[in-house]
Amino acid sequence: MDNGDGKVRIGFYVCHCGTNIAGTVDVASVAKYAAGLPGVAVSRDYKYMCSDPGQDLIGEDIREHGLNRIVVAACSPCLHEATFRTATARAGLNPFFCHLVNIREHASWVHSDRAAATAKVYDLIRAACGRVRHHKALERKRVNVRPEVLVVGGGIAGIQAALTVAESGKKVYLVEREPTIGGHMAMFDKTFPTLDCAACILTPKMSQVKAHPNITLWTYSEVAAVEGFVGNFKVKVRRKPRYVNEEACVGCMECVDACIYKEPKFEDEFNQRLGKRKPVYMSFPQATPKVVQIDPETCLHFKTGKCKQPCIASCSRNAFDFNQEERFEDIDVGAIIVATGFKPFDPARSPKYGYGHFPNVYTSLEVERLVNSAGPTGGEVVMRDGRKPKSVGIVHCVGSRNLQTNRWCSKVCCMYSLKLAHLIKEHTHAEVYNFYIDMRTPGKGYEEFYNQLLEEGVHFIRGKVAEVTDWAMTPEEEGKLVMRVEDTLAGFVRRIPVDMVVLAVGLEPQADAQGVRRMFNISCSSEGFFLERHPKLAPVDTATDGVYLAGACQGPKDIPDSVAQAGAAAAQAMALIDKGYIEMEPNAAFIDSEECSGCKSCIPLCPYTAISFDEVTVKATINEALCKGCGTCVAACPSGSIKQNLFEDVEIFSEIEEVLANA
Amino acid sequence: MPETFEPRIVAFFCNWCTYTAADLAGVSRMRHAPNARIIRLMCSGRVDPQFILEAFARGADGVLIGGCHPNDCHYIEGNYKCLRRFRLLRRMLDDMGVEEKRCRLEWISASEGDKVKRVINEMVEQLKALGPLDLPGRFRDWDKEVAELEHAASAASAPCDCHAHKEEAAHA
Amino acid sequence: MPEKPKVAFYWCASCGGCEESVVDLAEDILMVVENVEIVFWPVAMDFKKKDVEAMPDGSIAACFLNGAIRTEEQEEMAHLLRRKSKVLIAYGACAHLGGIPALANQFSRERVMEWAYDKCPTVTNAKGTRPQVEFKDGARTATLPAFRNVVRALDQVVDVDYYIPGCAPTPKLLKDAVVALLSGKLPPKGTTLAPDIALCDECPRKSSKPTDVGFAEFRRPHMAEIDPNLCMLAQGFVCMGPATRGGCGALCLNGNMPCTGCFGPTSRVRDQGAKILSSICSSIAPKDEAGIDGVLEGIPDPVGTFYRYGLARCLLRRRVDIKDGAEVAAK
Repeated sequence: MDNGDGKVRIGFYVCHCGTNIAGTVDVASVAKYAAGLPGVAVSRDYKYMCSDPGQDLIGEDIREHGLNRIVVAACSPCLHEATFRTATARAGLNPFFCHLVNIREHASWVHSDRAAATAKVYDLIRAACGRVRHHKALERKRVNVRPEVLVVGGGIAGIQAALTVAESGKKVYLVEREPTIGGHMAMFDKTFPTLDCAACILTPKMSQVKAHPNITLWTYSEVAAVEGFVGNFKVKVRRKPRYVNEEACVGCMECVDACIYKEPKFEDEFNQRLGKRKPVYMSFPQATPKVVQIDPETCLHFKTGKCKQPCIASCSRNAFDFNQEERFEDIDVGAIIVATGFKPFDPARSPKYGYGHFPNVYTSLEVERLVNSAGPTGGEVVMRDGRKPKSVGIVHCVGSRNLQTNRWCSKVCCMYSLKLAHLIKEHTHAEVYNFYIDMRTPGKGYEEFYNQLLEEGVHFIRGKVAEVTDWAMTPEEEGKLVMRVEDTLAGFVRRIPVDMVVLAVGLEPQADAQGVRRMFNISCSSEGFFLERHPKLAPVDTATDGVYLAGACQGPKDIPDSVAQAGAAAAQAMALIDKGYIEMEPNAAFIDSEECSGCKSCIPLCPYTAISFDEVTVKATINEALCKGCGTCVAACPSGSIKQNLFEDVEIFSEIEEVLANA
Repeated sequence: MPETFEPRIVAFFCNWCTYTAADLAGVSRMRHAPNARIIRLMCSGRVDPQFILEAFARGADGVLIGGCHPNDCHYIEGNYKCLRRFRLLRRMLDDMGVEEKRCRLEWISASEGDKVKRVINEMVEQLKALGPLDLPGRFRDWDKEVAELEHAASAASAPCDCHAHKEEAAHA
Repeated sequence: MPEKPKVAFYWCASCGGCEESVVDLAEDILMVVENVEIVFWPVAMDFKKKDVEAMPDGSIAACFLNGAIRTEEQEEMAHLLRRKSKVLIAYGACAHLGGIPALANQFSRERVMEWAYDKCPTVTNAKGTRPQVEFKDGARTATLPAFRNVVRALDQVVDVDYYIPGCAPTPKLLKDAVVALLSGKLPPKGTTLAPDIALCDECPRKSSKPTDVGFAEFRRPHMAEIDPNLCMLAQGFVCMGPATRGGCGALCLNGNMPCTGCFGPTSRVRDQGAKILSSICSSIAPKDEAGIDGVLEGIPDPVGTFYRYGLARCLLRRRVDIKDGAEVAAK
């Protein structure tokens, strides 16, 4: 819209954002200042520009004053750039004539001196008004979105996400690193606060995944590489050899019985090394897929080549394949849901608790297996020395809320500690002591569960455990583990002798989270959990379009939260796919072939191979569909012949000039 | 140096890491010196050395470039390209008498709001110690030796205006 | 017969190569002489300053002025010729960009003098004689023009209409300019009268450049045998071609030397040195600082390499921390 006269007519709007901006920045004088800038035809300040009346203001002014540029000084473009572009477009002006200036996150919220903050805003709006003069009408390009979804991680979050997407009729690939899906939840006995059996609610979902016609389940597999972009990801999945043909095996377990090792001899990872398994094994009876596998590290055949391989003979379905090799599957998907979960804190990092030193110090996850009737002790809470504990101390916040280890609250430990206290007491009638810093039980039915525990006679001692020691000072401490703690409610230091110590370990990012996030091109927050696009308004999105987060990979979460987030991630992925296309930000680079000398300097710089050399014109050309708009080639073009929409040299130069023009 | 010297910093921040980190500093209300003016680019790889020189020529006392940490670039390797240019530009600026601390490259991830605060505060202190660069003022000083001579009739264009600018104007 | 348009040639801080390039027109100079009247050309013909002063303002149709502006006299002449000329053309790299003389912008005037009259190993000057602006020898007073602190391109002193690039410009560019002048078909003011596309476009080695140059080292031309057919950058020699306007016919490349940038940048670039730096550095192979710095050791003098002809036009114009002499400050 150029009103025929080619003149730039800028509408300038400064947002109060309540007092968020107006509290620190003199918005009235900003509006006055802007009114004096070249090309500014209308200048206003308004309470909430993002509100409907605020947006309408822009539209009315465009129509009434023939505005052809819009500058809004408000919050970060990451938040409301789309809002104001849309408002601009509604009034018939190309949305890319609108520019947002960040004076909240970058000014009012980080400065306290009103004069200095206002002066800074003057500079920023001058730069914006300078830049928009050079803006052009641009069109978003459309890219089709493939209808398949990849879910990475088969814990409860991944399962829920996969099922939700599959139910909607979309094809899902569910990739799980372990031999079975189920994740941590499959290891739990009961779930808080309802104490319903974890297996009872999880395993039907696991079977559903296996049976669902729209889900391709690949366990014992990992994502090896991700290329492409939203709607069009190319993913390479590494499928590790399990030496058993998954299609043939029905999980009858005949081979496990037949194994040359008559007794289970090797540490069972699923049971937290509290039990034993054979080289041929299934993680647990409800493992999904219900398929055995061979661990080459312990299998006699792989170690010596001299095993008679009774397993092969025992298998009526001829499922064994000792020559199986790692193989790769290439898939194309439109969206990716990352649900890679967490890692429990390793309490060996806090030696004061004696984990690994005293056999009767356990992690909470180990105790989950002990109280589980499918666990190594058949649900009996017995210690490594075979005794039943008469007294148990549960230490909260191990590896959480601590400057030496992890600073964050792991959110679930208070509640699962209460659950374990209840279960231990139920199984053993032992005295159970909870050592806590603060009890954190927000959630439906959670506080009530805490009250129930108080009534059950579980002891609660507020204080951080200083040390777990076997150094007895009194006869009744002999042979016990003594927990030294300052009871901060009673106001003195106590020594409490117990038979068994349970460490309520916190939740940490997976050890390979950094590698995973690089593969998916997403960010981590400072503690290493994957970073959502916005903590409140985009909690399952990531900075990379088409990649969503579910479950504890984004931060500590309990099962209800993980399931809810998985549903949200699935909904986001489905929204993307159902639309069928996405509109890309029109910030691609382009080459004017009249100007290009064909020096080829740009060609190796593009990570997406969007630039190629045209042997006919002997010049470089950019494939707009592949360009992601980083602008690296633009900065490197030695003759200034590559330009980037929205970030043209002339736009940036005018920002530089204007932002400094107050001298 | 005037008592009240407030350095002016032009900051080129990449959209995905450092600009987001500056937003986070805002959301977290991490108050810091108001001297930096952030210009948003999609990637530190978009930082053309011309931008840095132009910022100095237009009166910046310091230029700060913020990008994603190595291996973390949203565009895979833009930050490396930025780093490579920066290494030689830094040396060239040194040869041109621009102090090292006036031009700084920092890797700041989206979660490092506190680093935005620290780096800006630190740079402001360092620039205060260095004093103003004030290239526009120096250009004026240098040109005093020719200002006394008459200028041609079309004095519209200042002597330091690059002809490229004019040519642009002519083509526009 | 209508009066022939008047043309002037003048030189300031230059080597004389630009004047030669006029003579290099060869037979074409006859065409020039036939169609124009040369009213001022101190190199070739005898004129005095007062002859120019006597001309009416704007009476010279076009003045081709070569050389950078370093002295008071050059400045005066630039102003005078500007006033007398309808069209003032910065002719050659020195007038266009500052040229080789502008490399002195890395140093103070005092250091230049000190080197030229004292420190330079080939100089014997026991008495420490230095040029003086004014020198009295008995009753006589001899004067020399003052030497400025800063070397300037022509348009940093007076308004310039067109630029003809090159060290020196090729006769073809001059001839094309003269033809354009005579026909009155002139491009918009401020245009550089050469193709607005980088040199690679016309480089005979263009096709030999691979698309994936990753620099593992840089070499200078004296350090190795140069393959006469392979792209200079592919051989690790810094070639300014990609950042330099074409139009010379790739003369240096045909002489088996890399381009050093005398035609200046294209119209889309504000700072030629920054651009070639950006382009070359982007393709350095290592990713770590030590590795990058190692490769960059092959470019020991980035200012001299990237601004060989363009330092006056660098956005910084000059080494910024030079403290100019007291006598200038007083002026």
